[in-house]
Amino acid sequence: MGSLGGPDRERRWRGIDSLDARSRPPRSLLVALVLASVTLITLDVSGGQSSPLEPARRAVGEAFGPAQSAAATAVRPFTSVPAWFRSKGDLAEEVRDLEAANADLREQVQTAGVDRNRLQQYDELTSAAEDLGHALVPARVVALGSRQSQSFTVTIDAGSDAGLGPDMTVVNNDGLVGRILRVTRTTATVLLITDPESTVGGRVGSSSEVGFVTGSGSLDEDAGLDLRLLDGTVVPARDDAVVTWGSENGPYERGVPIGRITEVYSSVREASQRAVVAPYVDFSSLDVVGVMVPSGTTSDRAVIEADGSLR
Amino acid sequence: MSVVRWAVALVAVTLALVLQVTLFPHVAWHGVVPNLCLLVVVAAALTVEAPFALLLGFTAGVALDLAPPADHVAGRWALALTIVAFLAARVRQDVRPTALAVVGTVAAASFAATSVFALSGMVLSDPATSVTGLLQVVLVAVLWDVLLTPFVLPPLMRLFGRLGPQWAAT
Repeated sequence: MGSLGGPDRERRWRGIDSLDARSRPPRSLLVALVLASVTLITLDVSGGQSSPLEPARRAVGEAFGPAQSAAATAVRPFTSVPAWFRSKGDLAEEVRDLEAANADLREQVQTAGVDRNRLQQYDELTSAAEDLGHALVPARVVALGSRQSQSFTVTIDAGSDAGLGPDMTVVNNDGLVGRILRVTRTTATVLLITDPESTVGGRVGSSSEVGFVTGSGSLDEDAGLDLRLLDGTVVPARDDAVVTWGSENGPYERGVPIGRITEVYSSVREASQRAVVAPYVDFSSLDVVGVMVPSGTTSDRAVIEADGSLR
Repeated sequence: MSVVRWAVALVAVTLALVLQVTLFPHVAWHGVVPNLCLLVVVAAALTVEAPFALLLGFTAGVALDLAPPADHVAGRWALALTIVAFLAARVRQDVRPTALAVVGTVAAASFAATSVFALSGMVLSDPATSVTGLLQVVLVAVLWDVLLTPFVLPPLMRLFGRLGPQWAAT
Protein backbone atom coordinates (compact mmCIF):
# COMPACT_ATOMS: atom_id res chain seq x y z
CA MET A 1 0.00 0.00 0.00
CA GLY A 2 2.96 2.31 0.39
CA SER A 3 3.28 2.59 -3.34
CA LEU A 4 -0.16 4.09 -3.74
CA GLY A 5 1.29 7.61 -3.68
CA GLY A 6 3.27 9.52 -6.21
CA PRO A 7 3.45 8.67 -9.87
CA ASP A 8 0.22 10.27 -10.94
CA ARG A 9 0.67 13.58 -9.30
CA GLU A 10 0.53 15.66 -12.44
CA ARG A 11 -2.46 13.73 -13.63
CA ARG A 12 -4.38 15.27 -10.80
CA TRP A 13 -3.84 18.76 -12.21
CA ARG A 14 -4.65 17.67 -15.68
CA GLY A 15 -7.69 15.75 -14.57
CA ILE A 16 -9.21 18.38 -12.37
CA ASP A 17 -11.13 19.96 -15.23
CA SER A 18 -12.80 16.74 -16.15
CA LEU A 19 -13.31 15.93 -12.46
CA ASP A 20 -16.27 18.26 -12.22
CA ALA A 21 -18.09 16.66 -15.08
CA ARG A 22 -17.08 13.07 -14.66
CA SER A 23 -16.55 12.01 -11.08
CA ARG A 24 -18.31 14.52 -8.87
CA PRO A 25 -20.92 12.35 -7.16
CA PRO A 26 -24.26 13.02 -8.83
CA ARG A 27 -26.65 14.54 -6.35
CA SER A 28 -29.71 13.54 -8.29
CA LEU A 29 -28.76 9.85 -8.06
CA LEU A 30 -28.06 10.23 -4.34
CA VAL A 31 -31.47 11.80 -3.80
CA ALA A 32 -33.14 9.08 -5.87
CA LEU A 33 -31.43 6.26 -3.94
CA VAL A 34 -32.08 7.85 -0.54
CA LEU A 35 -35.73 8.22 -1.50
CA ALA A 36 -35.75 4.58 -2.61
CA SER A 37 -34.36 3.57 0.79
CA VAL A 38 -36.94 5.66 2.60
CA THR A 39 -39.65 4.09 0.46
CA LEU A 40 -38.41 0.62 1.43
CA ILE A 41 -38.42 1.60 5.11
CA THR A 42 -41.93 3.06 4.84
CA LEU A 43 -43.24 -0.02 3.03
CA ASP A 44 -41.73 -2.34 5.63
CA VAL A 45 -42.87 -0.33 8.65
CA SER A 46 -46.42 0.27 7.46
CA GLY A 47 -46.78 -3.30 6.25
CA GLY A 48 -46.12 -4.75 9.71
CA GLN A 49 -46.46 -8.52 9.77
CA SER A 50 -47.74 -8.80 6.20
CA SER A 51 -45.06 -6.50 4.83
CA PRO A 52 -44.83 -6.34 1.03
CA LEU A 53 -41.12 -7.05 1.48
CA GLU A 54 -41.70 -10.52 2.94
CA PRO A 55 -41.66 -12.18 -0.52
CA ALA A 56 -38.41 -10.35 -1.30
CA ARG A 57 -36.95 -11.48 2.04
CA ARG A 58 -37.93 -15.01 1.24
CA ALA A 59 -36.46 -14.88 -2.26
CA VAL A 60 -33.15 -13.48 -1.02
CA GLY A 61 -33.20 -16.07 1.75
CA GLU A 62 -33.66 -18.90 -0.75
CA ALA A 63 -30.58 -17.64 -2.58
CA PHE A 64 -28.39 -16.98 0.44
CA GLY A 65 -29.51 -19.93 2.58
CA PRO A 66 -27.54 -22.67 0.79
CA ALA A 67 -24.52 -20.36 0.52
CA GLN A 68 -24.61 -19.74 4.26
CA SER A 69 -25.00 -23.43 5.05
CA ALA A 70 -22.06 -24.29 2.79
CA ALA A 71 -19.89 -21.54 4.26
CA ALA A 72 -20.73 -22.60 7.81
CA THR A 73 -19.81 -26.19 6.98
CA ALA A 74 -16.51 -25.04 5.52
CA VAL A 75 -15.78 -22.81 8.51
CA ARG A 76 -16.73 -25.33 11.23
CA PRO A 77 -13.46 -27.35 11.27
CA PHE A 78 -11.49 -24.14 11.78
CA THR A 79 -13.66 -22.74 14.56
CA SER A 80 -13.04 -25.89 16.57
CA VAL A 81 -9.26 -25.51 16.25
CA PRO A 82 -8.79 -23.49 19.47
CA ALA A 83 -10.33 -26.36 21.43
CA TRP A 84 -7.52 -28.70 20.32
CA PHE A 85 -4.88 -26.48 21.79
CA ARG A 86 -6.22 -26.52 25.30
CA SER A 87 -3.60 -27.76 27.66
CA LYS A 88 -3.91 -30.52 30.22
CA GLY A 89 -3.88 -27.86 32.92
CA ASP A 90 -6.94 -26.21 31.38
CA LEU A 91 -8.74 -29.53 31.23
CA ALA A 92 -7.84 -30.43 34.83
CA GLU A 93 -9.15 -27.05 35.91
CA GLU A 94 -12.33 -27.59 33.97
CA VAL A 95 -12.83 -31.00 35.60
CA ARG A 96 -12.40 -29.38 39.03
CA ASP A 97 -14.92 -26.67 38.15
CA LEU A 98 -17.39 -29.20 36.84
CA GLU A 99 -17.03 -31.38 39.95
CA ALA A 100 -17.72 -28.36 42.12
CA ALA A 101 -20.72 -27.43 40.00
CA ASN A 102 -21.94 -31.00 40.12
CA ALA A 103 -21.74 -31.09 43.91
CA ASP A 104 -23.63 -27.79 44.08
CA LEU A 105 -26.34 -29.10 41.82
CA ARG A 106 -26.68 -32.33 43.79
CA GLU A 107 -27.13 -30.32 46.95
CA GLN A 108 -29.75 -28.17 45.24
CA VAL A 109 -31.65 -31.21 44.09
CA GLN A 110 -31.72 -32.59 47.61
CA THR A 111 -32.79 -29.36 49.27
CA ALA A 112 -35.21 -28.18 46.66
CA GLY A 113 -37.12 -31.45 46.56
CA VAL A 114 -40.43 -29.93 47.51
CA ASP A 115 -40.41 -27.38 44.77
CA ARG A 116 -39.21 -29.90 42.29
CA ASN A 117 -41.92 -32.37 43.14
CA ARG A 118 -44.53 -29.73 42.84
CA LEU A 119 -43.21 -28.60 39.50
CA GLN A 120 -42.94 -32.15 38.28
CA GLN A 121 -46.48 -32.95 39.33
CA TYR A 122 -47.69 -29.84 37.68
CA ASP A 123 -45.86 -30.71 34.51
CA GLU A 124 -47.20 -34.22 34.52
CA LEU A 125 -50.70 -32.90 35.12
CA THR A 126 -50.63 -30.61 32.16
CA SER A 127 -48.97 -33.12 29.92
CA ALA A 128 -51.51 -35.75 30.91
CA ALA A 129 -54.41 -33.36 30.41
CA GLU A 130 -53.25 -32.46 27.00
CA ASP A 131 -50.79 -34.57 25.14
CA LEU A 132 -47.87 -32.33 24.23
CA GLY A 133 -46.59 -34.92 21.78
CA HIS A 134 -43.79 -32.85 20.40
CA ALA A 135 -40.98 -34.04 18.23
CA LEU A 136 -37.71 -32.20 17.63
CA VAL A 137 -36.18 -31.44 14.26
CA PRO A 138 -32.41 -31.09 14.79
CA ALA A 139 -30.61 -28.22 13.06
CA ARG A 140 -27.37 -26.29 13.27
CA VAL A 141 -26.84 -22.56 13.49
CA VAL A 142 -25.17 -21.42 10.26
CA ALA A 143 -25.25 -17.64 10.48
CA LEU A 144 -25.52 -15.01 13.19
CA GLY A 145 -26.83 -11.48 12.80
CA SER A 146 -24.29 -8.79 13.63
CA ARG A 147 -24.68 -6.50 16.61
CA GLN A 148 -24.48 -3.49 14.30
CA SER A 149 -27.81 -4.59 12.87
CA GLN A 150 -29.21 -4.41 16.40
CA SER A 151 -31.23 -7.58 16.11
CA PHE A 152 -30.50 -10.86 17.83
CA THR A 153 -31.29 -13.36 15.12
CA VAL A 154 -29.63 -16.48 13.71
CA THR A 155 -30.12 -18.66 10.65
CA ILE A 156 -30.49 -22.42 11.09
CA ASP A 157 -29.96 -24.97 8.32
CA ALA A 158 -33.46 -26.46 8.35
CA GLY A 159 -36.44 -24.94 6.58
CA SER A 160 -39.86 -25.72 5.26
CA ASP A 161 -38.49 -28.92 3.67
CA ALA A 162 -37.72 -30.15 7.18
CA GLY A 163 -41.29 -29.43 8.25
CA LEU A 164 -40.64 -26.09 9.95
CA GLY A 165 -42.89 -23.06 9.89
CA PRO A 166 -43.12 -19.61 11.48
CA ASP A 167 -43.69 -19.29 15.25
CA MET A 168 -42.28 -22.72 16.09
CA THR A 169 -40.31 -23.02 19.32
CA VAL A 170 -36.54 -23.47 19.09
CA VAL A 171 -34.69 -25.11 22.00
CA ASN A 172 -31.34 -26.67 22.69
CA ASN A 173 -30.29 -29.12 25.40
CA ASP A 174 -30.11 -26.28 27.96
CA GLY A 175 -33.44 -24.58 27.37
CA LEU A 176 -35.35 -22.08 25.27
CA VAL A 177 -33.48 -20.46 22.38
CA GLY A 178 -36.20 -18.54 20.57
CA ARG A 179 -38.85 -18.82 17.91
CA ILE A 180 -38.87 -19.03 14.14
CA LEU A 181 -39.68 -15.77 12.37
CA ARG A 182 -39.72 -16.95 8.74
CA VAL A 183 -38.63 -19.95 6.75
CA THR A 184 -37.22 -20.62 3.31
CA ARG A 185 -36.97 -24.07 1.78
CA THR A 186 -33.63 -24.90 3.39
CA THR A 187 -33.15 -22.34 6.17
CA ALA A 188 -35.10 -20.58 8.88
CA THR A 189 -34.52 -17.29 10.70
CA VAL A 190 -34.77 -17.55 14.48
CA LEU A 191 -35.48 -14.64 16.84
CA LEU A 192 -33.47 -15.24 20.02
CA ILE A 193 -35.12 -14.54 23.37
CA THR A 194 -32.33 -12.02 24.12
CA ASP A 195 -33.68 -9.71 21.39
CA PRO A 196 -35.31 -6.60 22.88
CA GLU A 197 -38.35 -7.21 20.65
CA SER A 198 -38.84 -10.73 21.99
CA THR A 199 -41.48 -11.37 24.66
CA VAL A 200 -42.07 -14.81 26.11
CA GLY A 201 -44.86 -15.74 28.48
CA GLY A 202 -43.04 -17.15 31.53
CA ARG A 203 -44.09 -18.96 34.68
CA VAL A 204 -42.07 -19.02 37.87
CA GLY A 205 -41.41 -22.64 38.80
CA SER A 206 -42.21 -22.74 42.50
CA SER A 207 -45.11 -20.30 42.69
CA SER A 208 -46.62 -20.84 39.24
CA GLU A 209 -46.98 -17.07 38.92
CA VAL A 210 -47.14 -15.90 35.34
CA GLY A 211 -45.35 -12.98 33.76
CA PHE A 212 -43.52 -11.81 30.69
CA VAL A 213 -39.85 -12.36 29.90
CA THR A 214 -38.31 -9.83 27.52
CA GLY A 215 -34.81 -9.63 26.13
CA SER A 216 -32.69 -6.75 27.39
CA GLY A 217 -30.79 -6.29 24.13
CA SER A 218 -27.80 -5.22 26.13
CA LEU A 219 -24.24 -5.45 24.92
CA ASP A 220 -23.31 -7.04 28.22
CA GLU A 221 -23.90 -10.78 28.09
CA ASP A 222 -24.41 -10.94 31.85
CA ALA A 223 -27.35 -8.56 31.66
CA GLY A 224 -29.84 -11.42 31.31
CA LEU A 225 -33.54 -11.20 30.56
CA ASP A 226 -36.25 -9.12 32.22
CA LEU A 227 -39.14 -10.83 34.00
CA ARG A 228 -42.26 -8.87 34.95
CA LEU A 229 -44.95 -10.69 36.89
CA LEU A 230 -48.61 -9.94 36.22
CA ASP A 231 -49.45 -10.06 39.91
CA GLY A 232 -47.56 -7.18 41.49
CA THR A 233 -47.90 -8.49 45.02
CA VAL A 234 -45.89 -11.67 44.51
CA VAL A 235 -42.15 -11.46 45.04
CA PRO A 236 -40.33 -14.05 42.93
CA ALA A 237 -37.66 -15.97 44.79
CA ARG A 238 -34.04 -15.90 43.76
CA ASP A 239 -32.65 -19.00 42.05
CA ASP A 240 -36.15 -19.99 41.05
CA ALA A 241 -36.54 -21.53 37.60
CA VAL A 242 -38.65 -19.82 34.94
CA VAL A 243 -40.38 -21.94 32.30
CA THR A 244 -42.52 -20.97 29.34
CA TRP A 245 -46.17 -20.57 29.96
CA GLY A 246 -47.36 -21.56 26.51
CA SER A 247 -50.66 -20.87 24.82
CA GLU A 248 -52.95 -22.45 22.31
CA ASN A 249 -52.04 -20.33 19.34
CA GLY A 250 -49.05 -18.39 20.63
CA PRO A 251 -45.57 -19.09 19.38
CA TYR A 252 -43.98 -20.76 22.41
CA GLU A 253 -44.74 -24.28 23.60
CA ARG A 254 -45.33 -24.71 27.31
CA GLY A 255 -42.93 -26.00 29.92
CA VAL A 256 -39.63 -25.18 28.21
CA PRO A 257 -37.04 -23.95 30.75
CA ILE A 258 -35.99 -20.35 30.10
CA GLY A 259 -33.61 -19.45 32.91
CA ARG A 260 -32.94 -18.85 36.58
CA ILE A 261 -33.89 -15.74 38.56
CA THR A 262 -30.73 -13.99 39.71
CA GLU A 263 -31.97 -10.68 41.03
CA VAL A 264 -35.29 -9.20 42.10
CA TYR A 265 -36.26 -5.52 42.08
CA SER A 266 -39.47 -4.04 43.43
CA SER A 267 -40.81 -1.00 41.66
CA VAL A 268 -43.25 0.97 43.79
CA ARG A 269 -44.17 3.33 40.99
CA GLU A 270 -45.20 0.66 38.54
CA ALA A 271 -46.57 -1.58 41.32
CA SER A 272 -44.91 -4.59 39.77
CA GLN A 273 -42.02 -6.91 40.46
CA ARG A 274 -39.11 -6.97 38.09
CA ALA A 275 -36.62 -9.79 38.15
CA VAL A 276 -33.51 -10.52 36.14
CA VAL A 277 -33.43 -13.98 34.61
CA ALA A 278 -30.13 -15.56 33.57
CA PRO A 279 -30.92 -17.73 30.54
CA TYR A 280 -29.86 -21.38 30.69
CA VAL A 281 -28.74 -21.21 27.08
CA ASP A 282 -25.29 -19.79 26.33
CA PHE A 283 -26.10 -17.60 23.35
CA SER A 284 -22.48 -16.86 22.51
CA SER A 285 -21.78 -20.50 21.60
CA LEU A 286 -25.02 -21.56 20.00
CA ASP A 287 -24.63 -24.54 17.66
CA VAL A 288 -26.97 -27.54 17.62
CA VAL A 289 -30.61 -26.66 18.26
CA GLY A 290 -33.92 -28.48 18.02
CA VAL A 291 -37.19 -27.13 16.65
CA MET A 292 -40.37 -28.37 18.32
CA VAL A 293 -42.75 -29.69 15.68
CA PRO A 294 -46.02 -31.61 16.07
CA SER A 295 -45.47 -35.34 16.35
CA GLY A 296 -45.64 -37.07 12.99
CA THR A 297 -44.38 -34.14 10.94
CA THR A 298 -42.85 -35.20 7.64
CA SER A 299 -39.31 -33.99 7.37
CA ASP A 300 -36.29 -34.29 5.10
CA ARG A 301 -34.16 -35.48 8.02
CA ALA A 302 -34.33 -37.71 11.09
CA VAL A 303 -36.81 -36.40 13.65
CA ILE A 304 -36.37 -36.99 17.38
CA GLU A 305 -39.75 -38.16 18.65
CA ALA A 306 -41.19 -37.23 22.04
CA ASP A 307 -40.22 -40.61 23.54
CA GLY A 308 -36.59 -40.16 22.48
CA SER A 309 -36.68 -42.46 19.47
CA LEU A 310 -35.27 -41.41 16.13
CA ARG A 311 -37.53 -41.51 13.13
CA MET B 1 -16.82 -3.77 -19.39
CA SER B 2 -19.54 -2.41 -17.17
CA VAL B 3 -21.36 -5.77 -17.14
CA VAL B 4 -18.19 -7.56 -16.03
CA ARG B 5 -17.62 -4.92 -13.38
CA TRP B 6 -21.16 -5.31 -12.07
CA ALA B 7 -20.77 -9.07 -11.98
CA VAL B 8 -17.49 -8.79 -10.05
CA ALA B 9 -18.97 -6.25 -7.66
CA LEU B 10 -22.03 -8.40 -6.97
CA VAL B 11 -19.88 -11.48 -6.38
CA ALA B 12 -17.74 -9.45 -3.96
CA VAL B 13 -20.83 -8.23 -2.08
CA THR B 14 -22.28 -11.75 -1.89
CA LEU B 15 -19.02 -13.18 -0.61
CA ALA B 16 -18.68 -10.34 1.91
CA LEU B 17 -22.23 -10.86 3.14
CA VAL B 18 -21.85 -14.62 3.56
CA LEU B 19 -18.50 -14.32 5.37
CA GLN B 20 -19.87 -11.58 7.58
CA VAL B 21 -22.62 -13.79 9.00
CA THR B 22 -20.87 -17.18 9.00
CA LEU B 23 -17.14 -16.80 9.64
CA PHE B 24 -16.81 -13.56 11.56
CA PRO B 25 -19.32 -14.22 14.37
CA HIS B 26 -16.77 -16.76 15.66
CA VAL B 27 -14.20 -14.02 16.24
CA ALA B 28 -16.63 -11.21 17.02
CA TRP B 29 -16.36 -8.97 20.05
CA HIS B 30 -19.74 -9.08 21.81
CA GLY B 31 -21.34 -9.83 18.47
CA VAL B 32 -19.88 -6.84 16.63
CA VAL B 33 -18.38 -8.05 13.34
CA PRO B 34 -16.43 -6.21 10.63
CA ASN B 35 -18.78 -4.83 8.00
CA LEU B 36 -17.27 -6.37 4.86
CA CYS B 37 -20.05 -5.09 2.60
CA LEU B 38 -19.13 -1.58 3.65
CA LEU B 39 -15.50 -2.24 2.73
CA VAL B 40 -16.54 -3.41 -0.74
CA VAL B 41 -18.64 -0.27 -1.24
CA VAL B 42 -15.83 2.01 -0.06
CA ALA B 43 -13.34 0.24 -2.34
CA ALA B 44 -15.67 0.84 -5.28
CA ALA B 45 -16.26 4.46 -4.32
CA LEU B 46 -12.49 5.09 -4.12
CA THR B 47 -11.73 3.60 -7.52
CA VAL B 48 -14.57 3.72 -10.02
CA GLU B 49 -16.98 6.47 -10.95
CA ALA B 50 -19.51 7.71 -8.45
CA PRO B 51 -22.83 6.54 -10.01
CA PHE B 52 -21.59 2.95 -10.00
CA ALA B 53 -20.46 3.25 -6.37
CA LEU B 54 -23.78 4.78 -5.31
CA LEU B 55 -25.79 2.04 -7.00
CA LEU B 56 -23.50 -0.61 -5.54
CA GLY B 57 -23.93 0.91 -2.07
CA PHE B 58 -27.70 0.78 -2.43
CA THR B 59 -27.61 -2.81 -3.73
CA ALA B 60 -25.29 -4.02 -0.97
CA GLY B 61 -27.50 -2.29 1.58
CA VAL B 62 -30.66 -3.96 0.29
CA ALA B 63 -28.86 -7.32 0.37
CA LEU B 64 -27.83 -6.71 4.00
CA ASP B 65 -31.42 -5.76 4.80
CA LEU B 66 -33.02 -8.81 3.25
CA ALA B 67 -30.51 -11.69 3.54
CA PRO B 68 -31.44 -14.22 6.22
CA PRO B 69 -30.60 -13.51 9.77
CA ALA B 70 -31.61 -9.85 9.28
CA ASP B 71 -34.90 -8.89 10.89
CA HIS B 72 -34.71 -5.10 11.12
CA VAL B 73 -36.86 -2.77 9.02
CA ALA B 74 -35.66 -3.17 5.42
CA GLY B 75 -34.06 -0.14 3.81
CA ARG B 76 -32.00 0.98 6.80
CA TRP B 77 -28.68 -0.46 5.60
CA ALA B 78 -29.56 0.64 2.04
CA LEU B 79 -29.88 4.22 3.28
CA ALA B 80 -26.65 4.00 5.32
CA LEU B 81 -24.52 2.50 2.55
CA THR B 82 -25.87 4.86 -0.13
CA ILE B 83 -24.86 7.84 1.99
CA VAL B 84 -21.47 6.26 2.68
CA ALA B 85 -20.83 5.64 -1.02
CA PHE B 86 -21.66 9.28 -1.70
CA LEU B 87 -19.28 10.52 1.03
CA ALA B 88 -16.45 8.19 -0.03
CA ALA B 89 -16.87 9.20 -3.68
CA ARG B 90 -16.50 12.85 -2.67
CA VAL B 91 -13.23 12.11 -0.89
CA ARG B 92 -11.72 10.52 -3.96
CA GLN B 93 -9.54 12.64 -6.16
CA ASP B 94 -8.41 11.80 -9.62
CA VAL B 95 -5.32 9.99 -8.40
CA ARG B 96 -4.82 6.83 -6.41
CA PRO B 97 -5.47 7.69 -2.78
CA THR B 98 -2.62 7.20 -0.31
CA ALA B 99 -2.70 4.41 2.24
CA LEU B 100 -3.51 6.90 4.98
CA ALA B 101 -6.34 8.39 2.94
CA VAL B 102 -7.83 4.92 2.42
CA VAL B 103 -7.71 4.06 6.12
CA GLY B 104 -9.16 7.45 7.03
CA THR B 105 -11.96 7.05 4.50
CA VAL B 106 -12.80 3.58 5.81
CA ALA B 107 -12.89 4.81 9.41
CA ALA B 108 -15.12 7.75 8.52
CA ALA B 109 -17.33 5.59 6.32
CA SER B 110 -17.69 2.93 9.00
CA PHE B 111 -18.56 5.53 11.63
CA ALA B 112 -21.08 7.19 9.32
CA ALA B 113 -22.72 3.94 8.21
CA THR B 114 -23.16 2.41 11.66
CA SER B 115 -24.35 5.74 13.05
CA VAL B 116 -26.88 6.32 10.25
CA PHE B 117 -28.15 2.78 10.77
CA ALA B 118 -28.41 3.27 14.54
CA LEU B 119 -30.07 6.68 14.18
CA SER B 120 -32.61 5.34 11.71
CA GLY B 121 -33.36 2.65 14.30
CA MET B 122 -33.90 5.31 16.95
CA VAL B 123 -36.22 7.32 14.71
CA LEU B 124 -38.25 4.21 13.89
CA SER B 125 -37.81 2.92 17.47
CA ASP B 126 -37.15 -0.40 15.76
CA PRO B 127 -35.35 -1.83 18.74
CA ALA B 128 -35.19 0.52 21.69
CA THR B 129 -31.53 0.67 22.70
CA SER B 130 -29.42 2.94 24.88
CA VAL B 131 -27.13 5.59 23.41
CA THR B 132 -24.03 4.44 25.31
CA GLY B 133 -24.52 0.89 24.07
CA LEU B 134 -24.86 2.19 20.52
CA LEU B 135 -21.74 4.34 20.79
CA GLN B 136 -19.75 1.34 22.00
CA VAL B 137 -20.99 -0.73 19.07
CA VAL B 138 -20.13 2.06 16.61
CA LEU B 139 -16.59 2.44 17.95
CA VAL B 140 -15.86 -1.27 17.95
CA ALA B 141 -17.24 -1.52 14.41
CA VAL B 142 -14.91 1.27 13.25
CA LEU B 143 -11.96 -0.50 14.87
CA TRP B 144 -12.86 -3.79 13.15
CA ASP B 145 -13.23 -2.18 9.74
CA VAL B 146 -9.92 -0.32 10.03
CA LEU B 147 -8.18 -3.53 11.14
CA LEU B 148 -9.40 -5.38 8.07
CA THR B 149 -8.70 -2.54 5.63
CA PRO B 150 -5.11 -3.58 4.75
CA PHE B 151 -6.30 -7.07 3.83
CA VAL B 152 -9.48 -6.24 1.94
CA LEU B 153 -9.15 -2.82 0.34
CA PRO B 154 -5.93 -3.09 -1.76
CA PRO B 155 -6.94 -6.24 -3.69
CA LEU B 156 -10.48 -4.94 -4.21
CA MET B 157 -9.26 -1.53 -5.37
CA ARG B 158 -6.81 -3.16 -7.76
CA LEU B 159 -9.62 -5.33 -9.10
CA PHE B 160 -12.06 -2.45 -9.57
CA GLY B 161 -9.25 -0.29 -10.96
CA ARG B 162 -8.44 -2.85 -13.60
CA LEU B 163 -12.09 -3.22 -14.61
CA GLY B 164 -12.80 0.49 -14.65
CA PRO B 165 -9.85 2.44 -16.04
CA GLN B 166 -10.23 5.46 -13.81
CA TRP B 167 -6.52 6.25 -13.65
CA ALA B 168 -5.91 4.83 -17.08
CA ALA B 169 -2.19 4.15 -17.29
CA THR B 170 -1.62 2.42 -13.93
